[in-house]
Amino acid sequence: MEQELKPELQIRKVKGPDGVEFEVEPLRDYYCEALPTVQHGAYIQIVEDFFNWARSHSLWILGFGTGCGAIEMRPLMTPRFDAYRYGIQWRPTPRQANLLVISGYLSVKTLKRAIRAYEQMQSPKYVVGLGSCTINGGMYWDSYNTIKRLDDYMPVDLYIVGCMPRPEALLAGFEDLKKLIRAGKAEGANQYAEKFDWYKSNQKRVIHDWDMPDYSW
Amino acid sequence: MRALHIRLQHLFPLGELTEQRPDLGFVTVPAAYLRPTLLHLRDREGYTHLVLLTAVDWLEEDLFQLTYLLSNRSTGCDIGLRVKFPRQAAHMESIHDLWPTAATYQRELREMFGIDFPGSPRLHEEFILEGWNDIPPYRRDFDTLKYARANYNDRPGRETHDPEQHMKQQLYPDGA
Repeated sequence: MEQELKPELQIRKVKGPDGVEFEVEPLRDYYCEALPTVQHGAYIQIVEDFFNWARSHSLWILGFGTGCGAIEMRPLMTPRFDAYRYGIQWRPTPRQANLLVISGYLSVKTLKRAIRAYEQMQSPKYVVGLGSCTINGGMYWDSYNTIKRLDDYMPVDLYIVGCMPRPEALLAGFEDLKKLIRAGKAEGANQYAEKFDWYKSNQKRVIHDWDMPDYSW
Repeated sequence: MRALHIRLQHLFPLGELTEQRPDLGFVTVPAAYLRPTLLHLRDREGYTHLVLLTAVDWLEEDLFQLTYLLSNRSTGCDIGLRVKFPRQAAHMESIHDLWPTAATYQRELREMFGIDFPGSPRLHEEFILEGWNDIPPYRRDFDTLKYARANYNDRPGRETHDPEQHMKQQLYPDGA
Protein backbone atom coordinates (compact mmCIF):
# COMPACT_ATOMS: atom_id res chain seq x y z
CA MET A 1 0.00 0.00 0.00
CA GLU A 2 1.39 3.38 -1.00
CA GLN A 3 1.44 5.76 1.96
CA GLU A 4 0.48 9.34 1.31
CA LEU A 5 3.42 11.68 1.79
CA LYS A 6 3.58 14.16 4.63
CA PRO A 7 2.24 17.64 3.78
CA GLU A 8 5.74 19.11 3.72
CA LEU A 9 6.80 16.51 1.13
CA GLN A 10 3.92 17.08 -1.28
CA ILE A 11 4.24 19.20 -4.41
CA ARG A 12 3.11 22.74 -3.65
CA LYS A 13 3.21 26.33 -4.88
CA VAL A 14 5.51 28.70 -2.99
CA LYS A 15 5.73 32.47 -3.30
CA GLY A 16 9.27 33.74 -3.13
CA PRO A 17 10.36 36.99 -1.42
CA ASP A 18 10.43 38.71 -4.82
CA GLY A 19 6.75 37.89 -5.41
CA VAL A 20 7.36 35.20 -8.03
CA GLU A 21 5.35 32.03 -7.56
CA PHE A 22 7.07 28.75 -8.31
CA GLU A 23 6.37 25.09 -7.80
CA VAL A 24 8.33 23.07 -5.26
CA GLU A 25 8.62 19.31 -5.47
CA PRO A 26 10.35 18.52 -2.18
CA LEU A 27 11.33 14.96 -3.05
CA ARG A 28 13.24 16.17 -6.10
CA ASP A 29 14.30 19.61 -4.94
CA TYR A 30 15.24 18.99 -1.32
CA TYR A 31 16.45 15.39 -1.48
CA CYS A 32 18.93 13.67 -3.72
CA GLU A 33 17.35 10.89 -5.72
CA ALA A 34 20.63 9.01 -6.09
CA LEU A 35 20.90 5.92 -3.90
CA PRO A 36 24.03 5.27 -1.86
CA THR A 37 26.98 3.80 -3.71
CA VAL A 38 29.92 1.70 -2.55
CA GLN A 39 32.95 3.87 -1.82
CA HIS A 40 36.10 2.11 -2.94
CA GLY A 41 39.31 2.33 -0.99
CA ALA A 42 42.36 4.30 -2.03
CA TYR A 43 44.40 3.16 -5.03
CA ILE A 44 47.09 1.62 -2.88
CA GLN A 45 46.71 -0.27 0.38
CA ILE A 46 49.23 1.76 2.37
CA VAL A 47 47.32 4.95 1.63
CA GLU A 48 44.04 3.30 2.64
CA ASP A 49 45.69 2.16 5.87
CA PHE A 50 46.78 5.71 6.52
CA PHE A 51 43.24 6.95 5.89
CA ASN A 52 41.87 4.31 8.24
CA TRP A 53 44.38 5.29 10.91
CA ALA A 54 43.26 8.89 10.57
CA ARG A 55 39.58 7.91 10.62
CA SER A 56 40.04 5.88 13.78
CA HIS A 57 41.28 9.00 15.54
CA SER A 58 38.31 11.15 14.76
CA LEU A 59 35.14 9.49 16.00
CA TRP A 60 32.42 12.10 16.08
CA ILE A 61 29.34 10.75 17.76
CA LEU A 62 25.87 11.93 16.86
CA GLY A 63 24.24 13.15 20.08
CA PHE A 64 21.11 11.09 19.59
CA GLY A 65 19.95 9.03 22.56
CA THR A 66 17.40 6.37 21.82
CA GLY A 67 16.80 4.37 25.00
CA CYS A 68 17.85 4.37 28.62
CA GLY A 69 21.47 3.80 27.50
CA ALA A 70 21.73 7.44 26.51
CA ILE A 71 22.20 8.19 30.20
CA GLU A 72 25.57 6.38 30.06
CA MET A 73 26.86 8.84 27.48
CA ARG A 74 26.60 11.86 29.80
CA PRO A 75 29.35 10.75 32.21
CA LEU A 76 31.54 10.08 29.17
CA MET A 77 31.37 13.72 28.20
CA THR A 78 32.32 14.99 31.63
CA PRO A 79 35.70 14.94 33.44
CA ARG A 80 35.05 11.71 35.33
CA PHE A 81 35.43 9.49 32.23
CA ASP A 82 36.30 12.15 29.64
CA ALA A 83 36.02 10.39 26.29
CA TYR A 84 37.46 13.45 24.56
CA ARG A 85 40.98 12.35 25.52
CA TYR A 86 40.49 9.38 23.16
CA GLY A 87 39.63 11.64 20.26
CA ILE A 88 35.88 11.11 20.61
CA GLN A 89 33.41 13.94 20.64
CA TRP A 90 29.70 14.53 20.30
CA ARG A 91 28.08 16.58 17.57
CA PRO A 92 24.57 18.00 17.45
CA THR A 93 23.79 17.12 13.83
CA PRO A 94 24.18 14.00 11.66
CA ARG A 95 25.96 16.06 9.01
CA GLN A 96 28.93 16.51 11.34
CA ALA A 97 29.02 13.02 12.84
CA ASN A 98 30.38 9.70 11.65
CA LEU A 99 29.43 7.42 14.54
CA LEU A 100 25.84 6.62 15.46
CA VAL A 101 25.47 5.04 18.88
CA ILE A 102 22.11 3.28 19.21
CA SER A 103 21.95 3.53 22.97
CA GLY A 104 19.44 0.89 24.00
CA TYR A 105 16.00 -0.21 22.93
CA LEU A 106 14.69 1.16 19.69
CA SER A 107 10.97 1.56 19.25
CA VAL A 108 9.63 1.47 15.73
CA LYS A 109 8.86 5.16 15.99
CA THR A 110 12.46 5.96 16.96
CA LEU A 111 13.82 3.56 14.34
CA LYS A 112 12.31 5.77 11.67
CA ARG A 113 14.24 8.77 13.01
CA ALA A 114 17.40 6.74 13.54
CA ILE A 115 17.34 5.60 9.89
CA ARG A 116 16.96 9.17 8.70
CA ALA A 117 19.80 10.29 10.96
CA TYR A 118 22.02 7.44 9.77
CA GLU A 119 21.38 8.17 6.12
CA GLN A 120 22.18 11.84 6.60
CA MET A 121 25.61 11.09 8.05
CA GLN A 122 28.59 11.22 5.76
CA SER A 123 30.56 8.15 4.76
CA PRO A 124 32.60 6.52 6.15
CA LYS A 125 30.21 6.09 9.04
CA TYR A 126 29.91 3.58 11.82
CA VAL A 127 27.13 2.21 14.00
CA VAL A 128 27.59 0.90 17.52
CA GLY A 129 24.75 -0.99 19.18
CA LEU A 130 24.76 -0.49 22.92
CA GLY A 131 23.19 -2.86 25.41
CA SER A 132 21.35 -6.14 25.06
CA CYS A 133 18.23 -4.48 23.61
CA THR A 134 19.97 -3.80 20.33
CA ILE A 135 21.36 -7.34 20.19
CA ASN A 136 18.32 -9.54 20.82
CA GLY A 137 15.65 -7.30 22.27
CA GLY A 138 16.85 -7.62 25.86
CA MET A 139 14.06 -7.17 28.35
CA TYR A 140 11.83 -5.90 25.54
CA TRP A 141 11.92 -9.24 23.70
CA ASP A 142 8.11 -9.55 23.82
CA SER A 143 7.26 -5.90 23.29
CA TYR A 144 4.86 -4.91 20.55
CA ASN A 145 6.75 -1.82 19.46
CA THR A 146 10.50 -2.38 19.86
CA ILE A 147 12.72 -4.08 17.33
CA LYS A 148 14.85 -6.99 18.49
CA ARG A 149 17.78 -7.10 16.06
CA LEU A 150 19.35 -3.82 15.11
CA ASP A 151 21.43 -5.36 12.28
CA ASP A 152 18.24 -6.13 10.36
CA TYR A 153 17.74 -2.42 9.82
CA MET A 154 21.18 -0.82 9.69
CA PRO A 155 24.72 -2.20 9.43
CA VAL A 156 26.21 -2.53 12.90
CA ASP A 157 29.99 -2.52 13.26
CA LEU A 158 30.17 -3.32 16.93
CA TYR A 159 27.93 -4.33 19.80
CA ILE A 160 28.67 -3.46 23.41
CA VAL A 161 26.95 -5.94 25.71
CA GLY A 162 25.39 -5.16 29.07
CA CYS A 163 22.18 -3.88 30.50
CA MET A 164 23.34 -1.14 30.69
CA PRO A 165 27.06 -1.19 29.85
CA ARG A 166 28.97 1.15 32.12
CA PRO A 167 30.96 4.08 30.71
CA GLU A 168 34.15 2.01 31.07
CA ALA A 169 32.60 -0.63 28.80
CA LEU A 170 31.78 2.05 26.29
CA LEU A 171 35.34 3.33 26.32
CA ALA A 172 36.62 -0.21 25.78
CA GLY A 173 34.10 -0.59 22.98
CA PHE A 174 35.25 2.59 21.29
CA GLU A 175 38.84 1.34 21.48
CA ASP A 176 37.71 -1.91 19.84
CA LEU A 177 35.93 0.06 17.15
CA LYS A 178 39.17 1.93 16.47
CA LYS A 179 40.95 -1.37 16.00
CA LEU A 180 38.26 -2.48 13.56
CA ILE A 181 38.55 0.76 11.62
CA ARG A 182 42.36 0.51 11.48
CA ALA A 183 42.04 -3.09 10.25
CA GLY A 184 39.68 -1.87 7.52
CA LYS A 185 36.82 -4.02 8.83
CA ALA A 186 34.34 -1.26 9.66
CA GLU A 187 32.68 -1.16 6.25
CA GLY A 188 29.10 -0.58 7.41
CA ALA A 189 28.36 2.24 4.99
CA ASN A 190 29.41 0.09 2.02
CA GLN A 191 27.41 -2.84 3.34
CA TYR A 192 24.39 -0.57 3.53
CA ALA A 193 24.89 0.50 -0.08
CA GLU A 194 25.40 -3.07 -1.29
CA LYS A 195 22.39 -4.57 0.49
CA PHE A 196 20.29 -1.42 0.28
CA ASP A 197 17.17 -3.20 -0.99
CA TRP A 198 17.36 -5.78 1.78
CA TYR A 199 17.69 -3.11 4.47
CA LYS A 200 14.88 -1.05 2.95
CA SER A 201 12.50 -4.01 2.77
CA ASN A 202 13.25 -4.85 6.40
CA GLN A 203 12.69 -1.25 7.44
CA LYS A 204 9.44 -0.96 5.54
CA ARG A 205 8.17 -4.21 7.01
CA VAL A 206 8.03 -2.68 10.51
CA ILE A 207 7.51 1.00 9.69
CA HIS A 208 3.96 0.88 8.43
CA ASP A 209 3.55 4.60 7.79
CA TRP A 210 6.51 5.09 5.49
CA ASP A 211 5.98 8.70 4.42
CA MET A 212 9.51 9.78 3.57
CA PRO A 213 11.91 9.37 0.67
CA ASP A 214 13.63 6.01 0.32
CA TYR A 215 17.01 7.56 0.93
CA SER A 216 17.24 10.87 2.75
CA TRP A 217 20.52 12.72 2.59
CA MET B 1 -13.33 11.27 53.10
CA ARG B 2 -16.24 9.44 54.79
CA ALA B 3 -18.09 12.68 55.32
CA LEU B 4 -17.64 13.57 51.68
CA HIS B 5 -18.89 10.13 50.66
CA ILE B 6 -22.01 10.51 52.78
CA ARG B 7 -22.66 13.98 51.33
CA LEU B 8 -22.24 12.61 47.79
CA GLN B 9 -24.48 9.61 48.47
CA HIS B 10 -27.37 11.95 49.20
CA LEU B 11 -27.02 13.35 45.68
CA PHE B 12 -25.85 10.49 43.47
CA PRO B 13 -26.29 6.68 43.49
CA LEU B 14 -22.68 5.91 44.41
CA GLY B 15 -21.14 2.58 45.36
CA GLU B 16 -19.22 1.74 48.50
CA LEU B 17 -16.21 3.84 49.49
CA THR B 18 -12.84 2.07 49.31
CA GLU B 19 -10.60 4.03 51.63
CA GLN B 20 -6.96 3.32 50.82
CA ARG B 21 -5.55 6.06 53.03
CA PRO B 22 -7.25 8.72 55.14
CA ASP B 23 -6.65 11.11 52.24
CA LEU B 24 -7.31 8.72 49.32
CA GLY B 25 -10.57 6.95 48.49
CA PHE B 26 -12.28 5.35 45.51
CA VAL B 27 -15.99 5.14 44.67
CA THR B 28 -17.87 3.57 41.79
CA VAL B 29 -20.19 5.80 39.81
CA PRO B 30 -22.81 4.76 37.21
CA ALA B 31 -21.76 6.07 33.79
CA ALA B 32 -24.82 8.33 33.53
CA TYR B 33 -23.92 10.12 36.79
CA LEU B 34 -20.23 10.64 36.01
CA ARG B 35 -20.45 14.18 34.69
CA PRO B 36 -22.70 15.60 37.44
CA THR B 37 -20.51 13.95 40.08
CA LEU B 38 -17.34 15.36 38.55
CA LEU B 39 -18.93 18.81 38.25
CA HIS B 40 -20.13 18.69 41.84
CA LEU B 41 -16.71 17.65 43.09
CA ARG B 42 -14.96 20.31 41.05
CA ASP B 43 -17.26 23.26 41.76
CA ARG B 44 -18.70 22.53 45.22
CA GLU B 45 -16.13 20.34 46.98
CA GLY B 46 -12.90 21.93 45.75
CA TYR B 47 -11.59 18.93 43.81
CA THR B 48 -10.28 21.18 41.08
CA HIS B 49 -7.34 19.14 39.82
CA LEU B 50 -7.70 16.16 37.47
CA VAL B 51 -4.66 14.10 38.46
CA LEU B 52 -5.11 11.31 35.96
CA LEU B 53 -7.56 9.43 33.81
CA THR B 54 -6.72 5.82 33.20
CA ALA B 55 -8.36 2.58 32.12
CA VAL B 56 -8.43 -1.03 33.29
CA ASP B 57 -9.45 -3.88 31.00
CA TRP B 58 -11.65 -6.37 32.89
CA LEU B 59 -11.55 -8.94 30.11
CA GLU B 60 -13.22 -11.76 32.08
CA GLU B 61 -16.15 -9.53 33.02
CA ASP B 62 -16.24 -7.99 29.53
CA LEU B 63 -15.93 -4.51 31.04
CA PHE B 64 -13.69 -1.49 30.78
CA GLN B 65 -13.10 0.60 33.88
CA LEU B 66 -12.10 4.24 33.77
CA THR B 67 -10.63 5.87 36.86
CA TYR B 68 -10.88 9.63 37.22
CA LEU B 69 -8.56 10.71 40.02
CA LEU B 70 -9.29 14.16 41.41
CA SER B 71 -7.33 16.15 43.94
CA ASN B 72 -8.33 18.84 46.38
CA ARG B 73 -5.28 21.05 46.57
CA SER B 74 -6.28 22.84 49.79
CA THR B 75 -7.03 19.73 51.88
CA GLY B 76 -4.57 17.41 50.09
CA CYS B 77 -7.29 14.78 49.63
CA ASP B 78 -7.65 12.63 46.51
CA ILE B 79 -10.78 10.86 45.33
CA GLY B 80 -11.00 8.39 42.49
CA LEU B 81 -14.20 7.85 40.55
CA ARG B 82 -14.52 4.46 38.88
CA VAL B 83 -16.86 3.95 35.95
CA LYS B 84 -17.48 0.56 34.37
CA PHE B 85 -18.98 0.08 30.92
CA PRO B 86 -19.11 -2.73 28.35
CA ARG B 87 -16.11 -3.49 26.15
CA GLN B 88 -18.17 -3.85 22.99
CA ALA B 89 -18.22 -0.55 21.06
CA ALA B 90 -16.61 1.02 24.13
CA HIS B 91 -17.38 4.69 24.44
CA MET B 92 -17.56 7.20 27.26
CA GLU B 93 -18.67 10.78 27.62
CA SER B 94 -15.84 13.22 26.97
CA ILE B 95 -14.91 15.58 29.83
CA HIS B 96 -12.51 17.79 27.87
CA ASP B 97 -14.75 20.77 28.57
CA LEU B 98 -14.37 20.27 32.34
CA TRP B 99 -10.59 19.82 32.25
CA PRO B 100 -8.81 20.59 28.96
CA THR B 101 -6.02 18.16 29.91
CA ALA B 102 -8.55 15.32 29.73
CA ALA B 103 -8.44 15.58 25.94
CA THR B 104 -4.85 14.28 25.95
CA TYR B 105 -5.73 11.38 28.25
CA GLN B 106 -8.70 10.56 26.05
CA ARG B 107 -6.54 10.55 22.92
CA GLU B 108 -4.22 8.07 24.59
CA LEU B 109 -7.10 5.87 25.77
CA ARG B 110 -8.62 5.90 22.29
CA GLU B 111 -5.33 4.73 20.82
CA MET B 112 -4.19 2.23 23.44
CA PHE B 113 -7.59 0.78 24.53
CA GLY B 114 -9.86 1.75 21.65
CA ILE B 115 -12.29 3.63 23.89
CA ASP B 116 -14.19 6.29 21.97
CA PHE B 117 -14.85 9.72 23.48
CA PRO B 118 -17.20 11.46 21.03
CA GLY B 119 -16.47 15.17 20.66
CA SER B 120 -13.04 15.14 22.22
CA PRO B 121 -10.61 17.31 20.23
CA ARG B 122 -7.99 15.62 17.96
CA LEU B 123 -9.21 12.26 19.22
CA HIS B 124 -8.39 10.29 16.09
CA GLU B 125 -4.92 11.70 15.50
CA GLU B 126 -2.02 9.39 16.24
CA PHE B 127 -0.78 9.92 19.77
CA ILE B 128 2.08 7.53 20.53
CA LEU B 129 1.92 4.81 17.92
CA GLU B 130 2.63 5.46 14.27
CA GLY B 131 0.98 3.39 11.59
CA TRP B 132 -0.55 0.91 14.02
CA ASN B 133 -2.46 -1.81 12.15
CA ASP B 134 -3.72 -4.19 14.84
CA ILE B 135 -6.20 -4.07 17.73
CA PRO B 136 -5.28 -1.48 20.40
CA PRO B 137 -2.20 -2.88 22.16
CA TYR B 138 -3.26 -2.27 25.79
CA ARG B 139 -6.34 -4.44 25.43
CA ARG B 140 -5.72 -7.66 27.26
CA ASP B 141 -6.83 -9.84 24.35
CA PHE B 142 -3.95 -8.37 22.33
CA ASP B 143 -1.15 -10.95 22.34
CA THR B 144 2.02 -8.85 22.49
CA LEU B 145 4.38 -11.85 22.34
CA LYS B 146 2.66 -13.20 19.23
CA TYR B 147 2.80 -9.78 17.61
CA ALA B 148 6.51 -9.39 18.43
CA ARG B 149 7.29 -12.85 17.03
CA ALA B 150 5.38 -12.12 13.83
CA ASN B 151 6.95 -8.70 13.22
CA TYR B 152 10.46 -8.59 14.68
CA ASN B 153 13.13 -11.16 13.98
CA ASP B 154 14.66 -13.12 16.83
CA ARG B 155 18.38 -13.61 17.15
CA PRO B 156 19.05 -17.32 17.61
CA GLY B 157 20.86 -18.39 20.75
CA ARG B 158 18.92 -16.47 23.35
CA GLU B 159 18.61 -18.45 26.59
CA THR B 160 16.26 -17.92 29.47
CA HIS B 161 16.95 -19.12 33.01
CA ASP B 162 14.75 -19.32 36.05
CA PRO B 163 16.57 -16.86 38.33
CA GLU B 164 16.22 -18.98 41.48
CA GLN B 165 17.46 -22.20 39.90
CA HIS B 166 20.21 -20.41 38.00
CA MET B 167 21.64 -18.68 41.07
CA LYS B 168 21.38 -21.93 43.06
CA GLN B 169 23.42 -23.65 40.37
CA GLN B 170 25.92 -20.78 40.30
CA LEU B 171 26.41 -20.52 44.05
CA TYR B 172 26.11 -24.18 45.06
CA PRO B 173 27.13 -26.26 42.04
CA ASP B 174 27.40 -29.52 44.05
CA GLY B 175 23.88 -29.06 45.44
CA ALA B 176 24.94 -28.39 49.06
